[in-house]
Order: sequence, then C-alpha cells, then structure tokens
Amino acid sequence: MKQLMQKGWKPVLVLVLLISIWELSSRIFQVPSWLLPAPSLIFRTGVEDWLNYQHHILSTIRLTMIGFLIGSTSGIVTAVMLHVIPALREALYSLLIISQNIPVIVLAPLLVVWFGFGILPKIIIIALVCFFPIAVSSLEGFRQTDRDLLHYMKMAGAGKQQVFWKLEWPSALPYVFSGLKISATYSVMGAVISEWLGADQGIGVYMTMASSSFRTDRVFVSILFVIVLSMLFFSFIMLAEKKMIRWKPEREE
Amino acid sequence: MGELSIEHLFKAYGNHPVLADMHFTVNEGEFVSILGPSGSGKSTLFHLIGGILEPDAGDIWLDGEKINGKRGSISYTPQTPSLLPWRSILKNVMLGGEIQGNIDKNEAIELIEYAGLSGYENAYPFELSGGMKQRAAFIRSLLSPQPLICLDEPFSALDEFTRLEMQKWLLSIWQEHHRSILFVTHNIEEAIFLSDRIIVLSQTPAYVKEIFTIPFSRPRDEDLLLTEEFLAWKKTIYRGLGNDVQKNY
Ligand SMILES: Nc1ncnc2c1ncn2[C@@H]1O[C@H](COP(=O)(O)OP(=O)(O)O)[C@@H](O)[C@H]1O
Ligand SMILES: [Mg+2]
Repeated sequence: MKQLMQKGWKPVLVLVLLISIWELSSRIFQVPSWLLPAPSLIFRTGVEDWLNYQHHILSTIRLTMIGFLIGSTSGIVTAVMLHVIPALREALYSLLIISQNIPVIVLAPLLVVWFGFGILPKIIIIALVCFFPIAVSSLEGFRQTDRDLLHYMKMAGAGKQQVFWKLEWPSALPYVFSGLKISATYSVMGAVISEWLGADQGIGVYMTMASSSFRTDRVFVSILFVIVLSMLFFSFIMLAEKKMIRWKPEREE
Repeated sequence: MGELSIEHLFKAYGNHPVLADMHFTVNEGEFVSILGPSGSGKSTLFHLIGGILEPDAGDIWLDGEKINGKRGSISYTPQTPSLLPWRSILKNVMLGGEIQGNIDKNEAIELIEYAGLSGYENAYPFELSGGMKQRAAFIRSLLSPQPLICLDEPFSALDEFTRLEMQKWLLSIWQEHHRSILFVTHNIEEAIFLSDRIIVLSQTPAYVKEIFTIPFSRPRDEDLLLTEEFLAWKKTIYRGLGNDVQKNY
C-alpha cells in the first residue's frame, strides 16, 4: 500500500494537470457547455442532480450484478463440464474459442426483437458478454494442471472427484479469476449498452436522455459513473482474488 | 509388507519399445536403487508400478497381489517435489493419507519436526528451499499408508552440499520407519551410499543388465564415501554400466 502511494503520485499529478488544463482552456476560450462542459460544471451537475439520477445508478448496478452472476456461473459450469466430459470438449472446444471473437454485443438488437424491452434481454446480453472470457480462461486453467502433480495424485489412488477438487480446481483458480476480472469490466459496459436499446431506468437511459437534450454535462456525469463502477467492480474481484489466492509469492514490482 | 516383484515387463510407446523383459524384486524393508541413463525408461517403470500405465506384457506383484493398472498401492514422489502450492506444508504432508482416508495429524507434526521443518507447518511450499521441499515430499510418502515408497530422482535438482545432507537424512529417517524403497537415480555414488542393492539398466529398450549387492553395514555415514572399498565399488559399477552407456555419466 505504501509502495502504491509512493509510486501512485505521478499518474495522479498528470491527471490533476490534465483536468486543470481542461478547466482553464474552457474558461479562456469560452467553449459552449453543450460541446465540452468544464470539469467544475460536470462536478456541480453531479452533485446537484444526484437525486434525479441515483435510482438510475442503482438500477444499473443491480442489472450488472445479476448478469455477471449468471454469466460467470454458467461460464464456470460450462468449463467444468467440457473439462470432465472429453466427448463434449472435442465437440465444443474449438467452437468456443472461435465464438470468442464474435462481439456478443451485436446480438443485442436481435435479443430485443425476441424478448422485448424488459429486463430479460439485458440480463442475457450481460451474461453472454461475461460468459466467454470466464469459460475460456477457466478451461485453459484446467488444461494447465501440472502433469507431475496429476501423476502423483493418480498414483496415490485419488479418484476423479478427488483429483478435481484437490488438484484441478485450485490450480485453475487463478485463471478463473483472470476471467472474472475481464468479465467484471465487460459487464458494466454490457449493461449500459443494453440500456441504450430501450429501458425505463439505468445509467444508459439517463445518458441517452441527456445527450438528446444536449445536456453534455450530464453525459459526462454518466460516463464518470460508468468508469467508477467498472473500476470498483474490478477491484472488488481483485480483492477477492488476493484473499483467496495466498499461495503465490508477492510479486515484486 | 512392501515386497515388490516385477516379472518380465514389456512396455512400448507406439512402436518405440521402452522396457524389454524387465525383471527384478524388492524385498521387505529393502532399499533398492535403479541406475540407468536418462531416457532409459525409469520414470516409465514407476508409472507402470503406480498403475497409471498398463504393461504390454508381464506382471507387477506387491505383497502377493497383482497390481497391473491398479492405482493407490504404492507411494510415489515424482522428479519434482510436487507439493500442492495452495496447501500448507502440514496439509501437504497429510495428502497421501487424506486420499486414502486416514489422517494422523500428530504423527505428521512429529515427522515435520524430525525433518527440521518445525515452524513451517503453516507455510506454503513457495516459502521453502529446494531441499526443504524434498524433505516435505518424502515425509508425505512416509505418512502415506502404502508399504512401498518409489522415489524418482528426488535429489537431482539439488546442489552437491544439500544433496549429501539429504542423503544422510533420508538414511536416518528410513532406518526408523522401516519401509521398502525403490529409488531412481543416475548418480553412481548416491546409489552406492544409499542402497542395499543396485539394479543397473541398459539403454532403451531397458532391461536389467546387472544387479549389485552392496555389503556396507548400516548405519552409514559420509566417511564411507572416502574409503578404498567405496571407490572400488564405484569402479565396479561404472564398468557394469558398459561402454555403450558410460558416455552418459
Ligand atoms: N508418454 C510418452 N509417450 C511417448 N514416449 C514417451 C512417453 N514418456 C516417455 N517416453 C519416451 O520413453 C523413453 C523413456 O522415458 P522415461 O521413462 O521418462 O525415461 P527416464 O525416466 O529413464 O529418463 C524416452 O525415450 C521418452 O522419450
Ligand atoms: Mg525420469
């Protein structure tokens, strides 16, 4: 933590500098606020408008959580199934790898056609966005299980279940977490995009309303919250990883 | 307990024969080393005894039971120490027993102390040196209920000083817990210092070229390494390896 403080001051300084330049130049050049609002204006809007948009944020957080939980759970379960059932793996593995390259988000309009504007298509989008990184990463984790350890376990008489729970699962756990971290950031993005397509609340809704009425300051406030949510979510997972995986040496920076 | 009999064992990977008519025994409480060049099929032999491979022909008997393809009947330590990185040392050394369904925590703590690892019970393997990890892996074998311990080049990754310490330690702890040990090495001195008998393998496809009975009394200490007899044995075994394999040592 101390190290972070010692090293962290430089990027913070750069950030402060950038924001100051932005503030100053929008005052000096009198940039119209619908084009580029000054940081001070964005901040004021953020504070004053809080009561008007806080329910949007809560709604997005809820949506993100549900989608993330469903997507990551099914991603992990799929990876486990493919791992323990070789026939299934042979049939689906390459498809899974290829489908990784499809930007799932393009399916969103289709899902709206099929499921309407309710919460279901949104959850499906977020779940899909989360599913692939976790499934692929976990599967890779199972594949990376150390051969010597596997031989040891088998010769010691461990059955399939023991091999899985005592060896393969813990050794894949770091991979599961790297999948979860990617999905955590994707899930917030997925939620906002799904809200753009039509919803009655959410940051995405607040954003589109603000942009169509040229309240650029509000657009910036929403962008800020999307960034903060993504980062919070990411650090939350990272914290969980640190708590659960203690068997690795602290990496020296 | 711990009597192993390898009878006319054959094994090939595809059409690349690795073991050809391998035949030998390990008696109860005996320390037997297998000496053979790299790639001669020593690890393959262990995988057969451990039951994760099936022989093409021949049988493996342990205490009167045929164990071809049967897992869980020996205790094995691979070439790397193979501790599970996410388990504490205490939980690692109890793993063999845990898989078989009998855990003795008190004995585990006692043996950890004997291995000079007191205070490391709750440490993770990455916090230990190479020699400490090997000791932990060996304790895990001792705590496993199987009567035969198979060690695959356990000291090959250690430096010369640690290696000698480990050999002495292994002998002393083996003397107290009488088990049969089958020990793979490609180090002649190590084999002579540790073993009751040395089985010399040919190059692939491997068969038993010669078996030497080492007469040195126990307990042995490192002074033995400097005696004339020890040197004489080294020469004998070196010759036993034959011209075709000597270049590998
Ligand atoms: N799974 C495998 N498939 C094919 N060939 C193998 C396999 N394992 C080992 N071999 C080959 O069998 C021979 C013996 O290998 P191994 O038993 O590991 O020898 P050693 O332990 O004596 O060094 C080597 O030539 C090696 O390349
Ligand atoms: Mg080997």
